[in-house]
Amino acid sequence: MVPFAGWEMPVQYSGIVDEHKTVRERVGVFDISHMGQFLLEGAGAEAFLNRALTNNVSKLGIGDGQYTLMLNDQGGVIDDLIVYRLSDREYFLVVNASMIAEDEAHLRSLGFGEGVTFANISSATGGLAVQGPKSREVFASVFGPNAAFPEHNKILFSLTNEGVLYLCGTGYTGEEGFEFFAPATVIEGWFEKIVQGCRDAGGGPAGLGARDTLRLEMGYPLNGNDLAPDKTPLQAGLGFFVDLTKEDFVGKPVLDTQKAEGVPTRLTGFHMTAPSPPPRAHYPVIHEGQVVGETCSAGLSPSLNQGIGMAYLPAAIAKSGIPIEIEIRGRRFAAETVKKPFYRKRQASS
Amino acid sequence: MSLVPDQLHYRESHEWVDSATGLVGITDHAQHELTDVVYVELPKVGAVVKAGDHIAVVESVKAASDIYSPVSGEIVEANEALSGDPSLLNTDPYDKGWICKIKVADPAETGALMDAASYRQHIA
Repeated sequence: MVPFAGWEMPVQYSGIVDEHKTVRERVGVFDISHMGQFLLEGAGAEAFLNRALTNNVSKLGIGDGQYTLMLNDQGGVIDDLIVYRLSDREYFLVVNASMIAEDEAHLRSLGFGEGVTFANISSATGGLAVQGPKSREVFASVFGPNAAFPEHNKILFSLTNEGVLYLCGTGYTGEEGFEFFAPATVIEGWFEKIVQGCRDAGGGPAGLGARDTLRLEMGYPLNGNDLAPDKTPLQAGLGFFVDLTKEDFVGKPVLDTQKAEGVPTRLTGFHMTAPSPPPRAHYPVIHEGQVVGETCSAGLSPSLNQGIGMAYLPAAIAKSGIPIEIEIRGRRFAAETVKKPFYRKRQASS
Repeated sequence: MSLVPDQLHYRESHEWVDSATGLVGITDHAQHELTDVVYVELPKVGAVVKAGDHIAVVESVKAASDIYSPVSGEIVEANEALSGDPSLLNTDPYDKGWICKIKVADPAETGALMDAASYRQHIA
């Protein structure tokens, strides 16, 4: 167990590679109780969130979710998060564990506006993520054959005598699945039920280690590694989640300028092209003999059995097919820039 | 429960040495904590090292870990089999997964290391 933002979290149960493959091939359940949850409610909540976040919450129908970013005044990333619309005036936000306090302070500093109430329910809320091609099977075995499955990027919630249960059609692995949030007091019981459901479907529990290798194969950024206060979402390749047609939001002027003039560096995928130690974060990246950046998230891909990673590279070489080298403990190893995702799913067989 | 053979000596940082043969490796406890080992940077044969010197790197999916020599001496052999199959460190850390063989300079030095009973307490 490792301490993670105040929670004791298992890095692995049966082994990272085993859990990784189990999620890709069958199904796994992750304890994501460390993640943060906020509720915003009020007639002005929509306008507030459109001011505070890059994506456009006005595009969300009731029950829809979207990936979005919270920026500082310089257009740099404070956090990446998911916003779900629960009703015409209620929103559910899921934020990164390590950023709960900072996100709350930032949102408060913007001023919610009249009639908007904010609640940080993170410490009272636990979460589980079920991911993998057999997620629907697990869902049906745990919640009953007639329970509605939350489709991709949708949220369903249910008022029970245990409290509010949220079911979200989201994840961090590239596999079909759902995330489930419930009061922290009851999450352990649900974890046991869902682990049993996963075992019955040929899967089991998975830890933070596998969660990291799975998301890296998809090229999903991790805040703190791949997103930073001095890098904009346009540099991180997340322009799809930025609505520059909105009149204003925090950080927009910087993004408008970058959009017009181009970005200095862009988060670019690479893979190793010769045998090497696994690439890791903070290794120098070399192009034509010059250090041009350093690695962000990087590691051995269990699905591809190849070293993969991402780095902010000068715009001129931030495209696929550029030969580079990664310096590992003083030695340089051949690599090449590639398009993300690193891993592409085979045609679903079911 | 991790395996801790009686006849070996142990460093706090989870390396073992067999004072009879000079073989050095990492413990069962260490391989379990490291998770799946995917790469081993072997010690240089011929290098003369002191106890506590950094001699190798073991990389798992999770992290890169430095390996330190439990004793002083000359590295006379490195386990090349680990280059082809690093997972030997996971499956057989005390036998096929040995890392290197050291010609021990001073056998009395193992007295500064933990015996099996102390190491069992160390990882308890």
